[in-house]
Amino acid sequence: MSVLVYTESEKGNFKKIALEVASYAKAVANQMGTTVTAITINANDTSELGKYGVDKVLKVNNPSLDTFNAKTYADVIKQAAEKEGTKVVVVSSSADSKYLAPLLAVGLHAGYASNVVEAPTSASPFTVKRTAFTNKAFNFTTIDTDVKIVGVSNNSFGLVENSGSASAEDFSPSVLDNGVHVDSIDKATNTVSIADAEIVVSAGRGLKGPENWGMVEELASVLGAATACSKPVSDLGWRPHSEHVGQTGKPVAANLYIAIGISGAIQHLAGINASKVKVVINTDPEAPFFKAADYGVVGDAFEVVPKLIEKLKEFKAQNA
Amino acid sequence: MKILVCISHVPDTTSKINFTDGDTKFDTNGVQFVINPNDEFGLTRAMWFKEKQGATVDVVNVGGPETEPTLRKALAIGADGAIRVNTTATDGFAVAKQLADVIKNGSYDLVIAGRESIDYNGGMVPGMIAGLTNANFVNNCISLEVDGTNAKAVREIDGGKETVSTTLPLVIGGQKGLVEESDLRIPNMRGIMMARQKPLTIVEPNGITTETTTVKFEKPAPKGAVKLVSPDNLDELVNLLHNEAKVI
Repeated sequence: MSVLVYTESEKGNFKKIALEVASYAKAVANQMGTTVTAITINANDTSELGKYGVDKVLKVNNPSLDTFNAKTYADVIKQAAEKEGTKVVVVSSSADSKYLAPLLAVGLHAGYASNVVEAPTSASPFTVKRTAFTNKAFNFTTIDTDVKIVGVSNNSFGLVENSGSASAEDFSPSVLDNGVHVDSIDKATNTVSIADAEIVVSAGRGLKGPENWGMVEELASVLGAATACSKPVSDLGWRPHSEHVGQTGKPVAANLYIAIGISGAIQHLAGINASKVKVVINTDPEAPFFKAADYGVVGDAFEVVPKLIEKLKEFKAQNA
Repeated sequence: MKILVCISHVPDTTSKINFTDGDTKFDTNGVQFVINPNDEFGLTRAMWFKEKQGATVDVVNVGGPETEPTLRKALAIGADGAIRVNTTATDGFAVAKQLADVIKNGSYDLVIAGRESIDYNGGMVPGMIAGLTNANFVNNCISLEVDGTNAKAVREIDGGKETVSTTLPLVIGGQKGLVEESDLRIPNMRGIMMARQKPLTIVEPNGITTETTTVKFEKPAPKGAVKLVSPDNLDELVNLLHNEAKVI
């Protein structure tokens, strides 16, 4: 009956979103008067999960699961859900979790609600609040099936610490042969990815050329942020496509989004609107982004950004 | 190779989003509908397979008669035939089940759907049809090559990309990268004329069941005005981000 949460790890360590979905699962368990079981796949130390409300961990350790595969992972989670008699499965909105969740829904005959931004507004009928129309509206949805899957929007619920501790038991599910084989993975290892980032620093055509991105990278580094860019910038080849955020690029749901020299076309705003706090730096006070932003600086990025970096360095030094 | 491209009929990005009937229905009044952008990248890639590898390409939508202009546009771009499953789309699972029936009946080798529609953003239909038809599945697909029954695809992952090998039958959740924006096609007059002669088959739905129900919509609270900070007073910005917004 416990709520099952899939807590993702990378190279054995939990991602921050794993702790967020654990916190969310705890809130659901409280509403339903039950406990939280986490399933981990090749994670090292699982005791950390206890701090975020997990009561029990099903630890899967199997070298054949070292590389993510949606079908196989979905099947492993399905077996855990069946073992636990789970009624609610909680997953994140990472690319991997969004990949496996629909397969899991078919496997468990479960209704699946994605992009959920709050704890359920009601446990019976089970009702969740999701974003829709690319963050221009919310959609209250009931999940009507016996088993339910909730996909939590990144950075929407936050981390909630609890005083509990988690027991761990080994779990050895059968592993499906899968039909999709990973040949190679090309991933930046030393930078923060847009999906995992709490802060995203993004720049547009206002920067005039790729040679001027040094200050964007420095600002991101001071803030521990990911770097991103607008569509024209990726179309011009100034920055890689993987940095393009917006409707047809990557979605951003950061706590803080800083837009430098981006005018704020509606397609761009659609992709970043889920971010909590938006700061815009632009020379043009009429840029549409000022209407969507919380804080704005009307000024030349080439003057403002280096100054802001200095101020933030001072701030970090004082608050270290 | 038989390809099926799933086409979602969605409000244009610039549409005003409003609701009617006590905030339970999307207000389509004055809204311009388009092919879902993620599906359009997939449709354009399918045209490449048609022209270079002799594939046949059908398009499908689950929706009422009002979605037919969107399917006709896909025919004008070059699809060979269109199928409309005659029911109003409700939840993702219900749509996926109808599509799975179309796929089984048509014996498609490759199904291209968009990673998500820009209206409900569920992002679940491609994976569900793969699960329901027991096909291989690559989500967030940004490159796809097919050689016989073997396929090579690139998937966008958090922080990078992943190259995979798989086999048909295959379902992909596609997006920009399958083709570039500059490759997208605007139907020409000849295409529009030919589209009128192409078959648009209406299929009645087969036992509708839903797993989720939309109870109500809500619009976000209106945003307050932007707080402007002088470029000469960036200490104030740092202060606001730390003490007021609490994000640094």
